[in-house]
Amino acid sequence: MTRLFKPLQSLVLAVGMAFLAIPLLAGAEVPRPDIPQANARYSEAQGCVEPTEEMRKNHMEYILHQRDETMRQGVRTKQYSLEECINCHVPKPESGKIVRSDSKEHFCSSCHSYAAVKIDCFSCHRDTPMPDAEPGMHRLGGGKGHHFTETETELTADVLRAATEEGLQ
Amino acid sequence: MSEHVDTSRRRFIGGTAGAAAGMSIAPGVFLNQVAQAKPADQPVTSENRWGMLIDTNKCGDGCDACVRGCMEENGWGDINDSEPHSAPEQKAQWIRIVELRDTRTGYAHQLPLMCQHCKHPPCVDVCPTGASMKRADGIVLVDKHICIGCRYCMMACPYKARSFIHEDLQDQLVVAPRGKGTVESCTLCVHRVDRDGADAVPACAEACAAEGHDAFVFGDLNDPNSEISRQLALHGGTEIRADLGLDLGVRYRGI
Ligand code: SF4
Ligand code: SF4
Repeated sequence: MTRLFKPLQSLVLAVGMAFLAIPLLAGAEVPRPDIPQANARYSEAQGCVEPTEEMRKNHMEYILHQRDETMRQGVRTKQYSLEECINCHVPKPESGKIVRSDSKEHFCSSCHSYAAVKIDCFSCHRDTPMPDAEPGMHRLGGGKGHHFTETETELTADVLRAATEEGLQ
Repeated sequence: MSEHVDTSRRRFIGGTAGAAAGMSIAPGVFLNQVAQAKPADQPVTSENRWGMLIDTNKCGDGCDACVRGCMEENGWGDINDSEPHSAPEQKAQWIRIVELRDTRTGYAHQLPLMCQHCKHPPCVDVCPTGASMKRADGIVLVDKHICIGCRYCMMACPYKARSFIHEDLQDQLVVAPRGKGTVESCTLCVHRVDRDGADAVPACAEACAAEGHDAFVFGDLNDPNSEISRQLALHGGTEIRADLGLDLGVRYRGI
């Protein structure tokens, strides 16, 4: 009996130690959320519309601020608009594959499910880009990247200039 | 070169400026007021008051192009038919066709009815959270971020203009966020107004014009030179239930 018990006992012990050892072996490694890559970068140096660390901590402040200004005052700048977040961070609904906000493949949910923080945005807001959305472009602004806040007039001038240059070539 | 450039606004500005300058005592003043979309980073102001004039005489018999146009633009109705458990009368209806019949003569005609964008909106008065709100430029909206779905505003609205969403929605259009537990109504295509200013054409008006009926005129009631103000000055316009004294943004002719 003891003969049989001994190896069993040591097996249990070994397995137990192995479990204990996993975190030790892995060092400070904690499983990380698998955050999908965005479609575009803000600049060479900077990924998002503010430095990534800032966005990770405070993105909700930017979105909340923008929300009230857009809703109440009709301010429709693009830098912090939720539409832009989605256009850049969520793949377009391809045929057969739609990444929705309840999937961990969705940019917002990849982290929010990890952090166990419920988001309410997508009960009203669309969670995927519009089929005609340009990644990193804004529907209201026309043919320019999403990080500009120029006025319509300046934009028109830009388009005109581009068109003229095209014509001259 | 020019085929890349949308010159419609340019032409509009030029035309209006000429006309305005011709009529004004101080041309410079009018030039500043020339219809132009506000820059995206500027708030709306009470300088404008957006409104609509609808000529029901031009309204085609049995035509519902405006309703369809609104559905397509804002993604409600058949376009986002995701309230399978709701009865038709429970489903969202931002704009509806109302038929009028004179019981004595039998004369019948129709009009499109949507949020009238009241200057003194009862829906705003009764809202306990401030979600039902009027922008400085007169557009009445629901801030769904803080709407608690009590539906007081639906009760208060004399025009039955508001709808409540009973079920989870998906694939809303980006210009019109809408969802379960909140109230919604015509936004006067606020996303177009913010983009195009006085040049804006709400989706209902666009669809109506495409049908060749041209019953809608959208514009600035504060600008005496706008098309809508000139038509109102020339032919007048009726407010539905004017006795309520709500000073409506939507006016009718032919009723
Ligand atoms: S018509 Fe109804 S919903 Fe629209 S502003 Fe007036 S009271 Fe409010
Ligand atoms: S349903 Fe929403 S908008 Fe209407 S009164 Fe209640 S909180 Fe205000």
